[in-house]
Amino acid sequence: MNRRAAALLLALGALLVALPHVAGSYALSVATLILYFAYTGQAWNVMMGFAGQLSLGHSIYVGVGAYAAGALFFHYGIGPWAGLWLAIALSVLIGLVIGFLAFRFGISGVYFALLTIAFAEFTRIGFDHLDWLGGPGGMFLKVAQRDQIDLANFRGPPIMYYYAMLALSAAALALCAWLLRSRAGYYWRAIREDEEAAQALGINTFRWKMLAVTISSAMTAISGVFFAFYYNNLFPEQIFNIGRSIEIILGPVIGGVGTLFGPILGAAVLTLLSDGITEALAAFGWEIPGIKQVLYGLVLLAAIMFMPHGIWPALARRIGVDR
Amino acid sequence: MTQRTNRRQFNQAVAGLGAAAALAPFGIVRAQAQKLKVGVLLPRSGVQGFIGQSCQKGADLAPGVIKQMLGVDIELMNADTESSVDTARTRAERLVQEGAHVLVGPFDSGAAAAIAQVAEQRGVPFVINIAAAPQITEQGYKFVFRNFQTGPDIARNGLALIGDLFQATNTAPRTAVFMHVNDTFGQAMLKGISAFMPRMTQLPFKIVDTISYDPAAKDLTVEVSKAKASNADFLLLVCRLNDAIILRREMVKQRWNPMGIISPGSPGMYEEQYYKALGKLSEYSISNVPWYNPNAKLTKIVEKAFLKQNPKDKLVFHGLNAGFTFEAILIAADAFKRARSTDPKTLADAIRQTNITEKMMLGAPIKFNAKGQVEGIGSACVQNLNLTPTVVLPAAAATAKPVFPAPYFKRA
Amino acid sequence: MSWDLVVNVVIAGVLTGLVYGLMALGLSVIFGVVRVVNFAHGEMMTIAMYATVMLFAALKLDPFLAVLPVAAAFFAFGYALQAGLINPFITRPEHSQFMLLLAVAIVMVNALLTVFGPDARNVQVDYQLESFELGPILFDRARVYAAGAAVLATAALFAFFRFSLTGKAIRACADNYLGARVAGLDVKRLYALTFGIGSICVAVAGGAMVLLVDVTPALGPYYTLLAFVIVIVGGLGSMPGALLGGILIGVSEALAGLFIAPSAKSMFSFGLLILVLLLRPQGLLGKRP
Repeated sequence: MNRRAAALLLALGALLVALPHVAGSYALSVATLILYFAYTGQAWNVMMGFAGQLSLGHSIYVGVGAYAAGALFFHYGIGPWAGLWLAIALSVLIGLVIGFLAFRFGISGVYFALLTIAFAEFTRIGFDHLDWLGGPGGMFLKVAQRDQIDLANFRGPPIMYYYAMLALSAAALALCAWLLRSRAGYYWRAIREDEEAAQALGINTFRWKMLAVTISSAMTAISGVFFAFYYNNLFPEQIFNIGRSIEIILGPVIGGVGTLFGPILGAAVLTLLSDGITEALAAFGWEIPGIKQVLYGLVLLAAIMFMPHGIWPALARRIGVDR
Repeated sequence: MTQRTNRRQFNQAVAGLGAAAALAPFGIVRAQAQKLKVGVLLPRSGVQGFIGQSCQKGADLAPGVIKQMLGVDIELMNADTESSVDTARTRAERLVQEGAHVLVGPFDSGAAAAIAQVAEQRGVPFVINIAAAPQITEQGYKFVFRNFQTGPDIARNGLALIGDLFQATNTAPRTAVFMHVNDTFGQAMLKGISAFMPRMTQLPFKIVDTISYDPAAKDLTVEVSKAKASNADFLLLVCRLNDAIILRREMVKQRWNPMGIISPGSPGMYEEQYYKALGKLSEYSISNVPWYNPNAKLTKIVEKAFLKQNPKDKLVFHGLNAGFTFEAILIAADAFKRARSTDPKTLADAIRQTNITEKMMLGAPIKFNAKGQVEGIGSACVQNLNLTPTVVLPAAAATAKPVFPAPYFKRA
Repeated sequence: MSWDLVVNVVIAGVLTGLVYGLMALGLSVIFGVVRVVNFAHGEMMTIAMYATVMLFAALKLDPFLAVLPVAAAFFAFGYALQAGLINPFITRPEHSQFMLLLAVAIVMVNALLTVFGPDARNVQVDYQLESFELGPILFDRARVYAAGAAVLATAALFAFFRFSLTGKAIRACADNYLGARVAGLDVKRLYALTFGIGSICVAVAGGAMVLLVDVTPALGPYYTLLAFVIVIVGGLGSMPGALLGGILIGVSEALAGLFIAPSAKSMFSFGLLILVLLLRPQGLLGKRP
């Protein structure tokens, strides 16, 4: 990292830390959402961007994580700090099962992607039939006092959730930066570029791919726990929805797959874009349902056509920092 | 105020950086308004789009009618939840930020739960128009109010009306097959029905088979085959709209003609689309749902305003949706009038004191209990007659007599 | 449980499965040649369904006749889509292709919503609610016709690829991209042709589907997913495989609905998909890539 990049990162960090004190509540909730997507996108990026395994079913880890911690709290009053470990354990277990089956049976590319969708959908319908977790009726967590910070139960005002997400995003960024420089990072990229060649060089591709799945699913499970305690109500139909998985990957793909800042930038750009379009349409008085998503889709289309590697690589070159 | 101004300037500087441009303006100054700003959150696009647009009609006519009734000014701030919980949440944040004094909406339990969070955190009252999950008013919120029956209430009232229906038509079916969609609403209804069926000894029938089906089902062949094979006297159905249409067609294809189709309380069969898609096949279906009193004074006023805004439409096709949306806004306006303030906390306190007797929907006066739930909302037995949802019970509100068994009935 | 109930349900499953197969056929043909997974497949079919409904509303054209102009338009549309948008993406990574077609799908769903609104629309033809009776067995007429159309369309497609010169050329570039280029074939044009042909399948499927299902803008993603399940089970790129996959899914869903819980029936489709992916990733009738 060069000095300019370090300075920019520092400035961004300072801005984000200061944000709640200057921004209104709405901006804060949008910022929380952006950080949520940035974090989850970062998690997905470990699997796809670093190790080249296209997962289109990451909602499974969000959902299982959210339900694991949510259920402990709902049924036994056990707070999220303990629930977190269960969430991670279960998500990693599922990730390892999917990864083991896929990699042992030589499933890759599009087929791997479809396998991940199949598992997520299978789980969604399965959860619809789990009465203990509320089934399609949903699981509703008790809501506590809104202005007191209760860290033990992760309850408090919006600002607490914002800082929690900020800390998570920062940690994820640091972890990913370290991973990329570690041995794993080099092996992953070798696998991503040419798996057969990597194997020929003596890399145990199975083991390293499993490591990527482990890290990615564990990180995603944490965002699920956050989701459960931020929204306080869980429905299989929503949390395991394939649309959720797509939302997760939009950020990194638009921002730049395999880059460190791509997921963050992508999440910010897309969330603000979606908001900006709503805003602009309201200003023009064009309140026809659907038109917003048409415009959103067109922007996505343009982005993927003209910036195939994402926004960050192009931007990084322009502002003179390395990717 | 100076501090606010400073914040504002700072914000503009931040906005100048570009990233936050879409978020401006931030700090708003809540002036003592003469107008009540009502944030209306409805799913006007996405999977629930058609119902959201139906609800919106009730919101659109509210300012005019309420001005005439109470003499207070309200301004609607409309937002589309896009049938998504995330969007519902951010839209709610946005409305509060832009100065909404009260939130109304959103025809969906998931979205209602998300908006309730925002309302609670920001301390802005939220009046739910339609959402049946009982948990929403059990989670401990202070700013959340609901003028709609919970799932168990709907089921209990719906079952009781079935008893009344059999009495009024002098029939006593022995068996029913229960089909329900397997979603949030369907589950709430299932629980309600399982809880109340054993207690309602006046009901002559037994449920011989329960079939749950996917709300997104595009094909109900198997489900209907199974139901037909149960040889039940009538079909007890908790549905949504599209599945109800598919189901009715499939019944004809499979030549299954039970005594009738009775919903103990669900959307679908009284919706305009049901008549449009099915034509004559839509006849005689019965829905026992919270409904408006066609003979009430307020109904006539609302109907007039509705026809003025939608000359080609009929209120009766939007009865439940538009009616409860209108009443939710009415509750807010009434509280505003009494409170003489738009301060959210004062408004919330005023809503808690609500006692509206001049209402449109059936049932007892609108009063909130300690949990923010209105009790005693009435249901009506609404039958499709002459391609129109027609109230046939309770007798006081009825405009026609119930027809049961349906003329198409053929004993198997 | 009486046997006629089981037979009725299985027959309905087979008929529905054939229509599903027809829908998946287009996806399979396109992937078999272009090697791009069309993530906007169901959305395209939704457009075809709307086109059929519109023609019916305006001209009282039976869906089976309306299919002709719609198919012609879809051929042109598919050709243009491949030539204009997708061809530049052929050498790009999969997630890039996915994003492209996802964006196309988002635009399609919401353009339909903007134009037609969220209400369901349908056609009302006189045979739609009738069924043939054979003892205790009932055959839904519309479903029988739609299944017939599926079989015919598949046969026609099969003949095209087997006997016509263009069909052979397309197969050549599916088998060996480089070889086809060396032999002087205009691969990009052939790809566009293939996408056009795949789109015809989509149009025919849409025309048949209109008889069975009311169309709403939100249908698209559901059918995209269903089409995936079917072609993976049957074998991506295999034409008979698509029909077989359709029937398997149709029947297994019907039986799961009958014997277990109807609301859980699509779980079995995904379960089947997972099994096939693991045990025979090329699909039941697919060739090892």
